[in-house]
This record gives sequence, structure tokens and C-alpha cells, in this order.
Amino acid sequence: MSPLGLYVAGDSPVHRAPAGVKLLVMVAAGVGSVFLRAPWQVAVALAVVLLAYAVAGLAPRTIVRQVRPLLWVGLATAVFHVVVNGWQRALVVVGVLAVLVLLAALVTLTTRTTDLVDAVVTACRPLRVLRVDPDRVGLMIALGIRCVPVVVGLAEDVRDAQRARGLAASPRAFAVPLIVRSLRHADALGEALAARGLDD
Amino acid sequence: MPVIEAHGVGHAYGDRTVLRDLDVTLGEHRVGVVGANGSGKSTFARMLNGLVLPTQGRVTVDGLDTRTRGRDVRRRVGFCFTDPDAQIVMPTVAEDVAFGLRRRGLTKAEVAERVTTALATYGLAGHADHPAHLLSGGQKQLLALASVLVTEPDVLVMDEPTTLLDLRNATMISRVVAGLPQQVLLVTHHLDLLEGFDRVLVFDEGRVVCDDEPDAAVGYYRKLMG
Repeated sequence: MSPLGLYVAGDSPVHRAPAGVKLLVMVAAGVGSVFLRAPWQVAVALAVVLLAYAVAGLAPRTIVRQVRPLLWVGLATAVFHVVVNGWQRALVVVGVLAVLVLLAALVTLTTRTTDLVDAVVTACRPLRVLRVDPDRVGLMIALGIRCVPVVVGLAEDVRDAQRARGLAASPRAFAVPLIVRSLRHADALGEALAARGLDD
Repeated sequence: MPVIEAHGVGHAYGDRTVLRDLDVTLGEHRVGVVGANGSGKSTFARMLNGLVLPTQGRVTVDGLDTRTRGRDVRRRVGFCFTDPDAQIVMPTVAEDVAFGLRRRGLTKAEVAERVTTALATYGLAGHADHPAHLLSGGQKQLLALASVLVTEPDVLVMDEPTTLLDLRNATMISRVVAGLPQQVLLVTHHLDLLEGFDRVLVFDEGRVVCDDEPDAAVGYYRKLMG
């Protein structure tokens, strides 16, 4: 299973909202989160995001899956802030982290990648002045999302191969073959893009 | 039927020569290519849509040189790779099929209609919004095939499309391919897929060593490898 929340088909107002609007809300929330000071403010933000999940018709299981990867980072951050700044600050920092991750996941869960990419491409139009090709930026994002599960798969293959040969888990014996395989995959992907007429 | 021609084609990666003295004209509906690993057949397949440009000689498809008319050649020649994971470029099934239809001047509705038809044709109708990485190996190869065929090429070149698949999926892919109206050039190690083909080329050390109808060519190949 991919660690990235991927599109879950649906027809809720959250699904139907334009991708650009959703991205803007996300950016605004990111900026706004800096100003949150009190635990109750974070609680309100969390409630709003959870309400949006409910409106989108996503199961509680899906919500848990989005924040689970945060567990260790969140725990470490919490301990640090409890020691240095007190429990209230810890609650705010960890809470804000969870809210932002949940919000970002909600956007990817309710937006087709194509729509997301189109929104980014539109937003990048002005960058043409700097000779940035907006379509290229969009393709890069789509490929990035597509490559996460592929590289996770490659990592599993490398680990299996090591186990099969009875090698102890050494970081280098894991990293080197993974990098080599990733680069070979990148080559093959480039070939496929050319074959599908990308640069024509 | 399109005509693919190779005139005095040779190819080398640095010092290593992988193809030499290749002169063939392919106009048959079904052409098979067999040969040992490293015999040059993959390089040959990649030349047919200009992915690899020959270091000697030239390759043409219906008279279009892959060197100078690469874009037009690629519009006519669809290519299917061995590893579908490398060929699927978009995160979800329908999006990947739609990828090949970009910049073709189609409206969103036309793209959606073609994608729906393609998915239905290749048995992926229920998977339109599924993430591509959750498909089985056979379904991934079907998706790769659907994504190529939705662009309606005249020729389909396939480089070992069944090598990573189990027997059931390999049979399914070969059945789909058998029903295609397009000219097909199939590179394969699954010799039984060549049944009913019009012509089979056997590659060995960068040369075509046999060019015959399937039974004779496969027999030659078995003896060569034996």
C-alpha cells in the first residue's frame, strides 16, 4: 500500500470543488497555522478538517492511515516541546502538524492527479517569463506521485533479495542497489515517455 | 499495411557493436523476432520508432526516416515495453490512458470518451480511478497496451511484453494482440506466441541469421541455441 493518499473516487462537495481552490486553501492554512497559539484554536482547526473528511465521505480508517506515518516524528516533537516549552506548546505544534498533514492528504484523496496538475500548470503560467515550461512542471509532479509506489516496490525487492542471500541489514548494501535500480527505472521511464511522444 | 524498411543498418554502443549489416523490408501483418539475450533484437525494436537511431544506415516507416521525421514515425508506431511499471507514467489508470491523447487537439469530452472505450475494450473498465500500482502484473501490461493503442497507431512494436507475466496473463495478452487490426512486430522469448505469424526473424550476435515462416524459423532458433 502506498504511503501517499491517492485519489478515492467520490461525488461530495469536497470532490467537486476546483483543484485550484483546494490548493489555495491548503496554502492559506499553512500560512495561517503560524498564528495559532492556544490549544483550543488548534482543536477548532482539527474539528474543521475532520468535518471536511466527513463531508467527503472518507472512512475514519482512511484518516488514521494519513497520520500514522507522523507517529514517531510527532512523538519526538512532542517530547522536545514538553521539556523545552511546556505541554501547551507541545499540543499546539503537534496538533498543527497533524492538521496540515490531514488537510494535504484530504486534497490528494479528493482530487484527481490530472486536475491537481492542471491547477499547478495554470498557476505556473506567469513563470513562462522566466522560461519555465508549465506543462513540464505539471508532468514532473505527476511523475513524482507515480514514482512513490514504484520506488517503494523497488525497495521491497532489494530487501527481499538481501534476505534471500542471508545478508545482514547494512545501510550501504540496501542503498546502493536501490539507487542503481531507481536510476535504471528512470532510464526506462524516459524511454517510455519518448516512445509516447512527450517531446514531439 | 505499413512498410518498415531497414537499409544497411548497423549500431554500436561505444566500442560494442550490437547490430550489423541489417537489410529488411517488413510489410507483413504479424512479424516475430526471436534471439538470445544480447543478440540485438531489443535495439532493433527501438529503432523502429526512432528511440534508437542507427549509427549506420537508416530506418524508414512508410518512407519516413526515423532520423528526420521521428515525431511522425512515433505517431504511427506504438511501442510496448517489457516492464509495464516503467511505461505507466500517471498515478491512476484512466489518467495514464489519457496521457497519450494530450496535445492532440481533442476536447476533454472526446478524451474521456476515448479513454472509456479503451478501458472497456481491454477489460479495465472497473479500474478507471484505481491507482495503477495496485493492478496485477497482467492488468498493468493491459493498461500499458491500452495507453498505446488509444492513440491509434498503425504499427505496434512490442519488446518482450509477456516476459514478466505468468502463463495465464501471457495467454491473455497474446489473445488481445492476436485480435488487433494493426501491424504487429513482436519480440519474444515465448515461442508459442508466434503461432499464426506471417514471418519470424532470428537474431544472433547482431545479425539476422534466419528469416522465414514461424515453424522453420523457430526450428532454426532451437537448433542454434541447442
